[in-house]
Amino acid sequence: MGKQKNRLNFIVGISLVSFALLLVIVGIFYTPYDPNEMNVLAKNQAPSLSHLFGTDYMGRDILSRVMEGAFTTFFVGIATVIIGATIGSILGAVTGYFGGIVDEILMRINDAVASFPSILLALVFVSILGTGKYNVILALGILFIPSFARVIRSEFIIQKEMDYVKSASLLGASHIRIIFLHIFPNTKAILRSAITIGFNNAVLAEAGMSYLSLGVQPPDASLGRMLSESQTYLFGAPWMALAPGLMIVITVLGFSLLNEGGAWHE
Amino acid sequence: MKFYIKKLITLIITLLFVSFITFFAFQVIPGDSAVAKLGMDATEEQLFELRESMGLNDPMFVRYGRFLKNAITGDFGTSTQYNVSVGSLISERLPVTAWLAALSVLFMVVISLPLGLLCARKENGFLDRFLTFLSQTFMAVPPFFLGIIITLIFGIVLKWFIPGKFIPISQDFGGFLSYMVFPAFAVSIPKVAMLTKFLKTSLLRELSFDYVRTARSKGLKKKQIMTKHVLKNALIPVITFFGMLIADALAGSIVVEQVFNLPGMGRMLVTAIANRDFSVVSAAVLYIAGIVIIINFIVDMTYQKVDPRVRIS
Amino acid sequence: MKRRKRLFFLGLLLSCMIALCACSGSTENEGNEQKEAENGEASKNGGSVIVGITNDLDSLDPHKAVAAGTKEVLFNIFEGLVKPDKDGKLVPAVASDYKISEDGMTYTFPLREGVKFHNGALVTVDDVIYSLKRATGLLETSDPEVRVESVFSCVESIEAITTEDGKQGVEVKLNQPNIELLSYFTISIIPKDYTEQATKPVGTGPFRFVSYSPMVSIVMEKNPDYYVAGVPYLDEVTFKISANTDAAFMELRAGTIDIFQQLTYEQSNQLKDLYNIEIGNMNLVQGLFLNHKAAPFDNLKVRQALCYAIDRQMILDIVAGGSGTIIGSNMFPGFGKYYDETLASYYTYDTEKAKQLLNEAGYPNGFHFTITVPSNYQAHVDTAQVIVEQLKKVGITAEIKLVEWASWISDVYQGRNYEATIVGLDSNLSPSDIVKRYVSTARNNFLNYSNEQFDDLYQEAAASVNDEEKVELYHQLQRILTEDVASVYIQDPANLVAVNKKLAGYQFYPVYVQDMSTVYYK
Repeated sequence: MGKQKNRLNFIVGISLVSFALLLVIVGIFYTPYDPNEMNVLAKNQAPSLSHLFGTDYMGRDILSRVMEGAFTTFFVGIATVIIGATIGSILGAVTGYFGGIVDEILMRINDAVASFPSILLALVFVSILGTGKYNVILALGILFIPSFARVIRSEFIIQKEMDYVKSASLLGASHIRIIFLHIFPNTKAILRSAITIGFNNAVLAEAGMSYLSLGVQPPDASLGRMLSESQTYLFGAPWMALAPGLMIVITVLGFSLLNEGGAWHE
Repeated sequence: MKFYIKKLITLIITLLFVSFITFFAFQVIPGDSAVAKLGMDATEEQLFELRESMGLNDPMFVRYGRFLKNAITGDFGTSTQYNVSVGSLISERLPVTAWLAALSVLFMVVISLPLGLLCARKENGFLDRFLTFLSQTFMAVPPFFLGIIITLIFGIVLKWFIPGKFIPISQDFGGFLSYMVFPAFAVSIPKVAMLTKFLKTSLLRELSFDYVRTARSKGLKKKQIMTKHVLKNALIPVITFFGMLIADALAGSIVVEQVFNLPGMGRMLVTAIANRDFSVVSAAVLYIAGIVIIINFIVDMTYQKVDPRVRIS
Repeated sequence: MKRRKRLFFLGLLLSCMIALCACSGSTENEGNEQKEAENGEASKNGGSVIVGITNDLDSLDPHKAVAAGTKEVLFNIFEGLVKPDKDGKLVPAVASDYKISEDGMTYTFPLREGVKFHNGALVTVDDVIYSLKRATGLLETSDPEVRVESVFSCVESIEAITTEDGKQGVEVKLNQPNIELLSYFTISIIPKDYTEQATKPVGTGPFRFVSYSPMVSIVMEKNPDYYVAGVPYLDEVTFKISANTDAAFMELRAGTIDIFQQLTYEQSNQLKDLYNIEIGNMNLVQGLFLNHKAAPFDNLKVRQALCYAIDRQMILDIVAGGSGTIIGSNMFPGFGKYYDETLASYYTYDTEKAKQLLNEAGYPNGFHFTITVPSNYQAHVDTAQVIVEQLKKVGITAEIKLVEWASWISDVYQGRNYEATIVGLDSNLSPSDIVKRYVSTARNNFLNYSNEQFDDLYQEAAASVNDEEKVELYHQLQRILTEDVASVYIQDPANLVAVNKKLAGYQFYPVYVQDMSTVYYK
């Protein structure tokens, strides 16, 4: 019963994600129009055959911009998760495994970062490094470290007491070997869901930062930026919100379904 | 007792760390409050004089030390933009954010609890699937956009509330709360999916335990078992989740306050950063961080009380 | 125990429902209030208005406020010896008249009799001298937060006098001739030694201060003692502070704001059915300002190429639906006779010419540069996006860098660490104020512009005491800026204002103010 549901989740999830990925990959090589090309005569046009998702307030083709924007958003999401997951996992593993004073100090720093308002940190990065997607990635990546560290740490605390770890230790395996070869593989399931949640949160956080104009720089498109630009046009040109909004929902929903269905896959 | 002292010390260390990051951030970002105050065409001499009077010309560590000394006594100084004490500024803003976060958490719980029960009752039934799908779709909408949609539907089309209106808490508490309802929905709805799922999993695990079967064999009705035994036990792990929820609600309110025009801590923070109003920013950051840390601490404590197993670690 | 728990949940649900009911209840109240307001509109007098603004006030003390968004609000509470009218002429306010000596060295202001501060006290010569000295930095103990205009360095003394016809007045003596200083005597007159100006401001304007709540609103009421009979019409004006234009737009759609300015063209389009949209000028010089010390902008041909490569009409069309006034130099039409309108068409859109000039300058394949734009002004951000697209066509790659306003001031404006930037420059009503930044030694010459001919002419223009000569000299100065391409001048942007259909009398000024004293319910 549960298996069947997971299968369905997996199928729907993979289809949604594949669809989004396909659009992104096609977008790298081909877009119907130049995503940044403006056309005075084609401002705020409703969806039609020549512009499938309509045009925005500067006469730019929304479909092309969504394709480009989705790439930016995916890039930001994936890069953020890579930073957060790598550093967070290592921190979590070390602190969880060894415990003691290092654990205490790192976890307090962890708490401090976690309780720090994200926009302030984002602002600092943007001000020091200038604006653009790389700084969004850096800011979000650092913000995401604590949650990964916490998850992995608690998993390590449980795992290190288990028999297989004790026996490996008795057999003379080094700490590093135990951490990376014995325990890490067992945190795979939890890491996978942390990564999908992290990716989704990164996509949503990018949108939030765009709303506070701390996100990706214009004229570059990102789904969050397009969505936040569309708010004024909800009455006159609602399609401006439709395509980027749908794309975000498809991506985030796809990944969370995939995550739930992942258990079936294994 | 030793435990509490240890916790208190870590709390202080964390707050120190947070205050240092805030302070350091203000060293690095361009522009200071003198620039923000005197505007474009101020002369170097004017800037120097104002910085002198604000104490901004002193070396960095002298200023940090002075800031810490005052902060410990609870004095965060005066807002350079508003010319009022930071304390009074915060005492007006904090209730807005606090109530917004509290209502949001309340909504999260009030919505997720029945949903979680419904879903757990008949796992994989139509209702379960439908609700899961719905809540997960909502989770995929950025909170600021949800806020805009809510304003559009309930504020402009249905006219259930007046967009941008705000009633101060001192004036009319009921009115104040009523204008927090919709923003609180915008904060809480994206989190409902997560909480529902967590509850459901927790309930299902409880249901699979032997005592449930025993109770059933004794002839107790399913409903009774659910409410009397299972729910109580299933809620315990949810407590750990609570600290995170409140932190999320606080963070979410920063953006949502912009959308709904609420004069809370979030909007104050954004404005203060733009005006390089260091005293306000540092106080706001310390308050928010402090609240999150203290709540996490209370959660830890309650968890230990409720579930003695945790005490071992 | 169990019962208690159940009660708890019941309580939760109840509190939710109460909250919802309370919410719908208050909506009804609002409706009643509106009806009351409708009934009271039989005469021109009375009624209250809510004006939406998006920038919080930087100070309530008029001598400390520097943000244009604050001055526009405080204009209703404070007045100077003179004040601008809607044509840009300076008319006596707290003064009953003014006289500038022929050598341009002495300004005399007899005081208007019977002008009262909002606290009931009569305005005395002492108050006026105190106010002028405070704003010109001549008080013995100066407050570093008071912003002193650099032009006041020419003020020698401020003294009380009795005019020939026996009136009380003040006389301002200068150490060098300047007949343009009059527009600076709009500085607010405030009570002497009043220390609560920053929290409870007291002035002489048509409205008096009631309350201010940071991030929420500033409320002012009719000043019944105002010296112009019958003015103002409104009983109460609230300037409501919104987090941003988008949040304000939602309130406009809901009809809770009566007046809101600086809408984007698209926003105004979507409000047409609910509001009267009035169009005026922003009175700004919007341009692509270039750092002359940053290569390749030190090359005249490159600068000229930019002028030919940028289609200003298209910027207006895309960003503002075609409204706005194209300008060709660093001045806008609000300056009347001083403004040289012929320069607007000096450069025409011509990509071939642009490419040719780039070729001659040694950049046949174009070049790369960064445009720094303050992120809080959507119009500038949109303009930047259009320019980036247009420059692509001649092979120039421009990149946009958004910065916060405070960063812009310190990095771009004061640090001069940038390549190009798009902003709008505003000005006092005096023509020297708007062009003086191009003098090579000017402190606010953030363009690093240096041209000896300009410097000499400027000195001549500023010192001239003959108005006709002045007009001619300022025209020449503008022409130099255009021919030498000090920067790429784009437009004086249109100011689109949504005004409640029941209101009338909204006026545009050639300076950045929102005057509520002329607004009334029809």
